[in-house]
Amino acid sequence: MGMKIGLFVPCYIDAFYPGVGIATLELLERLGQDVTYPTEQTCCGQPMTNAGCVSDSAAAEALFVKLFSGFDAIVMPSGSCTHHVRAHFDAIEQTDAVRHVRANTYELVEFLHDVLKVRDFPWAEFPHTVGLHNSCSSLRALRTASMSELGEPAFSKPKTLLSGVKGIRFATPARPDECCGFGGTFSVTEEAVSARMGLDKVRDHFHAGAEYIVSADSSCMMHQQGCAERNHVDIRFIHIAEILNGARQ
Amino acid sequence: MREKPVNHAGAAVAFIADKPHLDFHDARLWDMRQKRDAQMHLLPEWQDLRSRASAIKEHALANLADYLEEFERNAKSNGIHVHWAADGAEHNRIVAEILEARGARTLIKSKSMVTEECDLRPYLAARGVTVTENDLGERIQQLDDQMPSHIVVPSVHKLTSDVARIFARSYGTDPNADDPHQLAEAQRLAARPVILHADAGMTGGNFFVAETGTFVVCTNEGNADLSATVPGVHIATIGIERVVPRMADLGVFIRLLSRSALGSPITQYTSHFRGPQDGSEMHVVLVDNGRSARLGMADFWTSLKCIRCGACMNTCPVYRRSGGLSYGAVYSGPIGAIIDPTFNERKYSTLPYASTMNGSCTNVCPVKINIHEQLYKWRQVLVEHHQMPFVKREIMHMAGKLMGQPRLYRAAINGTETALGTLPRFALYNWLNPWGKNRELPAPVKETFHSWYRRNRPTAGKATPETVKTETKA
Ligand code: SF4
Repeated sequence: MGMKIGLFVPCYIDAFYPGVGIATLELLERLGQDVTYPTEQTCCGQPMTNAGCVSDSAAAEALFVKLFSGFDAIVMPSGSCTHHVRAHFDAIEQTDAVRHVRANTYELVEFLHDVLKVRDFPWAEFPHTVGLHNSCSSLRALRTASMSELGEPAFSKPKTLLSGVKGIRFATPARPDECCGFGGTFSVTEEAVSARMGLDKVRDHFHAGAEYIVSADSSCMMHQQGCAERNHVDIRFIHIAEILNGARQ
Repeated sequence: MREKPVNHAGAAVAFIADKPHLDFHDARLWDMRQKRDAQMHLLPEWQDLRSRASAIKEHALANLADYLEEFERNAKSNGIHVHWAADGAEHNRIVAEILEARGARTLIKSKSMVTEECDLRPYLAARGVTVTENDLGERIQQLDDQMPSHIVVPSVHKLTSDVARIFARSYGTDPNADDPHQLAEAQRLAARPVILHADAGMTGGNFFVAETGTFVVCTNEGNADLSATVPGVHIATIGIERVVPRMADLGVFIRLLSRSALGSPITQYTSHFRGPQDGSEMHVVLVDNGRSARLGMADFWTSLKCIRCGACMNTCPVYRRSGGLSYGAVYSGPIGAIIDPTFNERKYSTLPYASTMNGSCTNVCPVKINIHEQLYKWRQVLVEHHQMPFVKREIMHMAGKLMGQPRLYRAAINGTETALGTLPRFALYNWLNPWGKNRELPAPVKETFHSWYRRNRPTAGKATPETVKTETKA
C-alpha cells in the first residue's frame, strides 16, 4: 500500500485550473496512493517571500505546516511552490514539524519519477506534438532536467515520464530553457518585459511545430496562454498531470 | 526630497516598442551566449575551472589587505607608482594631479568600468583635459553622451545605422554609410592623430598579481596597448577586488574570461604590464569606492568575485529585452542589480525586482556568484529598509494575512468576501491591471478544485492526522 500523501493545490490551480488538481489527485490514486486534500489549505507563502516580505508569509507557512506535517509526503503540481517550501520556509520557527514538511515535499514529476519510479502510463495516450516547458524552479532549483548553462549530460524527468505515454511526439524549441517571464509579481510590475518574454516563448514552441505546450507548472502556462491568446498564436496548453492521467484531446 | 528610484519597467516599455532594436539586441546577445556554450562544451574541465576561479577569488578577498600590500611592495620595486583612492572623488583628484604635474591636456583612454563609476570624464573635462575613448564601442557611447549599456560591448544596443548617424555628427562622415568596416575605418582615422599626439594614456586592468606586482589588461581591439604606449605616462585604474595572489592563478581566469564573455577562446590581446617604459611613468590607482564596505556584507560580499565578463547579462532574458540603459546605472543586468544598491539603495531599489530570479545568470557565471539568490536576498533588505512602494507593501501585507485564515481566504477565492484588509479595492485592481495590457486573463471556471473535491470526496480532507489531535484538544 502507498504512503499517506497530502495533496497541495496551489491557489491559481484551485481557482483557474481545477482540472489540473483533479488530474493530480486521480493520477496518484490510480497509482495506489492514499491521498488527502486538506480543505483548509490556502497558499505556501511564496508570493510574499519572493517580493521580499518574509514576515508576511509566516501565517501561510504556519498553516501549511499545521495541515501537512501529519503526512508521509506532501505532493504538489507546482515546481515553484515546492521550491518555496523546501528552500525558503524561513519565516517561522524551525520545529521538527517544519523540518519534516520541508524534507518531504515533492513536486509531482519528481515524486512520480524519483519516489514512485513510475515509467509506464498504459492508460494514457496523447497523439500530438508537444513542446515541453520547464519552469525555472523545476529546471534550476529542483533540477528535474539538465540545464544548458552547465553543459551537463542531458536528462529530463518530465520527458522520461511523458515518453511512457502512447503516441506522444516532442518538438524542439530553439531556446528550451529560457525563462518565459511569468516571475510572480514580476508579471505585473514588469508587465512589458514579462509579456514580451511570454510571447517569445510561445512563438518559439509554435515555430518548432508544437501543438501543445506541456508543463508541470500552471503559473507559467497561465501567463503563456494569456500571451498566446492576445497575439493569436495558435497553440494549446496542458499540464503534465493531465496527460499522464490519460487526458484525451 | 528623496531621490526617485530608477524606473526600469518604464524604460523597458520604450525599449520593447522599438522592434528593430529589440530584435537585434536580443539576437546579438543570445548569439554571444550560444558561442559561450560552444566554448564550454570544448572544455571538459569547465565546471572545475569555475570552481577554482571562485575559490581563488574567495581566498584573495578573504585576505585582501595582505595581497594589496604585497602588490604595492612588488609594484613599487618594479618602478610603478601605486595610489590608493577611497572613492571616486579621490580617484579623479589623483588622476588630475598626475596629468597636471606633467602638463598633460589630452588623454587617450581605453575602456574601464571603474572610471565610469568615478565619473572621470566630466571631471577632467571641467579641468581642461580632453579625454578620448579608444575602444570603439566606448567611443560611440562617449560621442553619444550615454553610459555604456553593457560592460563588455558598451554600445550593443545600437544598430550600425545609429553609429553612422553619430559619426556623421561628430566626424562629418556620410550618415547613410552604415557598413561596419567603413565605420571602424572612420573611427580609426579620427582616433589615430589623437593617439599619436596624446599627452598621456590611461587603461583599466582586468587583474593584478600580488606576487609579481604586475597587472593585466585584456582587450580585443588592442586599444589598451595603444593607450599604454603613449610616451610620457600610463595611468591604470583598477578596483581593489581585481587582485589575484599568484601569476599561476591567472591562467584559470584567462581561460574563463573571453569564453564566458564573447565565446572566443581568448581575447586578442592579453597584455602584461610590469613597469614604465624608459623615460615614462606608470601609475596604478587602486580604487575602493564602496568595495570594502561590500566586503563586509555577509550576503553580498561574493559579488566582488566578478571578473566583468558580461555572461550574466548576455543570458539574462530581462536584460536582453530591456537594454542596459534601462537600469539607469553604470552596471546593468544581473550583476548590476546586485551591486548597484550598494552605491545607492534608494535609487537602485527597483533593480533587484527587474528579474524573474530564473537563475540562468548564476549558472553561467564563471566565478559562481549566486546572483539570483542575492537578488532574492536584496528584496528582503529593501523591504526591511522601507524601500518598497506603499501599495505593493500593503498588498503583500494583506495577502499574508489572508493566507493565514482559511475561511476568509475561501471567501476571497469565491468572490464573496467583502472586507479585504485595509487597502481600498481599486488600489489592488490598479496594481493588478497591467496583467491585461498585453495578455489575456485566464478564463473563469465553473467550479474551483476545492468545491469539486468536497462534492467528489465528501468524507475526506476535513482534517489531517495532526489537526485531529489539535482540534479535539481545543
Ligand atoms: S557576475 Fe559573473 S557572469 Fe556576471 S559579469 Fe561578473 S563574472 Fe561575469
